[in-house]
Amino acid sequence: MRITKSHKIIVYSILVILSLYFLFPFAWALITALKTEGEAFSFPPTFLPDVPQFGNFIEAWKSQPFGTYFMNSVIVTVMTTIGQIISCSLVAYGFARYDFKYKNILFILLLSTMMIPWDVTMIPLYMEFNLFGWINTLKPLIVPAFFGSAYNIFLLRQFLMNIPKDLESAARIDGANEFQIFYKIFLPIMKGPLTLIAVLNILLVWNDYLGPLIYLNDQSKYTMALGLASFKGVHELQIIPIMAMTLVMIIPPVIVFAFAQKYIVEGVSGSIK
Amino acid sequence: MEQTEKVVNANTSFRVKTRRGLLTPKNVPYFFIGPAFLLIMIFTVYPVISSFILSFQEVRGVEKSFVGLANYTRLFQDPIFYKSLLNTFQILIVQVPIMLLLSLLIAVGLHSSMLKGKAFFRISYFMPAITALVAASIVFMILLDENFGLVNYFLSLFGVNSIPWLTTPFWAKVSVILVMTWRWAGYNMVIFLAGLQNIPSDLYEAASIDGASKVKQFFMITIPQLKPVFIFTVVMSTIGTLQLFDEPFILTGGGPNNATMTITVYLYQAGFKFFDFGYASAIAYVLVIITAIISWIQMKLVGDE
Repeated sequence: MRITKSHKIIVYSILVILSLYFLFPFAWALITALKTEGEAFSFPPTFLPDVPQFGNFIEAWKSQPFGTYFMNSVIVTVMTTIGQIISCSLVAYGFARYDFKYKNILFILLLSTMMIPWDVTMIPLYMEFNLFGWINTLKPLIVPAFFGSAYNIFLLRQFLMNIPKDLESAARIDGANEFQIFYKIFLPIMKGPLTLIAVLNILLVWNDYLGPLIYLNDQSKYTMALGLASFKGVHELQIIPIMAMTLVMIIPPVIVFAFAQKYIVEGVSGSIK
Repeated sequence: MEQTEKVVNANTSFRVKTRRGLLTPKNVPYFFIGPAFLLIMIFTVYPVISSFILSFQEVRGVEKSFVGLANYTRLFQDPIFYKSLLNTFQILIVQVPIMLLLSLLIAVGLHSSMLKGKAFFRISYFMPAITALVAASIVFMILLDENFGLVNYFLSLFGVNSIPWLTTPFWAKVSVILVMTWRWAGYNMVIFLAGLQNIPSDLYEAASIDGASKVKQFFMITIPQLKPVFIFTVVMSTIGTLQLFDEPFILTGGGPNNATMTITVYLYQAGFKFFDFGYASAIAYVLVIITAIISWIQMKLVGDE
């Protein structure tokens, strides 16, 4: 049966209406961010601002130390991504390419950490970090990433297991040591999946709210998520800067997404295989 | 000739390094996985055990004392805990099916081959999924404001009286569901889309030859073939909803009158507002057990995969 014209129109209109639901909040945030206060609070609401107030962004940025928040978010995001890449590649490689004692037990232990919701570790981790003197520093948000993530390790291991064993045998005959084999041969092969891990980690960490909420108290340590949420207390009067900073916070993930769309869609859909 | 020379050179230089170093194929895997396992011990295994012990303790400042099952008996008599449990399940039962149906609908729409502008639609549905929950919740908070919010203004154009979205128990839950659906539908849509693309097209061809209508094909081929995808999305969404935090915390702070108090918001309050670590750990363990049971039931219901 062919798809008829009326079919097509129905499908299109449903898709368009739904895309309005998904895109409208972004559009409204942008429109509001560019309004004058008079326009933003007029009722009935005006739609487009008469003269777009681009200065609103600068004012909002200056209304709180957003420069600091932004840098903190960047530091945490970059450091955790480095940690994830180093750790996931090493551990996945170890499990995929070697046989060793207790391998299975260790691997099951690793996978079982995937089943544990963070709710359970939240309180003891807080007490642990408190003991280390790490509360109100960025360390609790960064250091655990160097253990990698069980899920990423699992995916990477699957990927590495599909590569023929001859590769490292040949390199060994050539006299390369074990670390050189990993570094010079396998790391370049893993570039694709590692990019995916990096991108997913960037999105996750940049957007994280509960972690910073628990571990950071001082404004000078705030991340973007905390800075944005701290507007909330003052409510209505601050609509314009809230919308402006919301957009600023969304921009980095959008850029990452634009560059890595293919990887993300593959990665998300890869999770069902 | 030149090449063999190079190989020989490389050979000797590597040999020297290997002899000098500790890296043998036998012990080298432990170097690869060792550091990460140390961190697993510190940041996962120890906290899980510690949390279990804490749930039988009372923590006052740095002093801990065993109180037996006191935290758990208190928990099972705590009306707010029951309320948070009930809220979480109400949201779960309403939100997950609505969202997954929406995701499926969009995925099927996008999958039909005749469509133009697929890339645009896909990006517009996926955009929320890369947006911070904080940002999403705050924008919705403003949109849903009872007096100045745009949503109520639009509704007023159709003669609908202003709806107290965030200030009455019923509508506050609806608002949380709206935000959750907005944030996660696109994510699940991508998973469904991948599932649809994995269905072999000869199944449809065979059905067409047998004269099955599109609708019939959808129910006889598409839905059964998507079963593993359904299982995955249902289980993941359920686990996610049981840990629901950002949306209610930002939108309503768990209110009004605890109507959007979820288990995790309550856990957060017990732990970091009242610093009642023992009690919070008990809440966490009950949540884990509930999550495990529900995931297990869901897996059983749909058969083993």
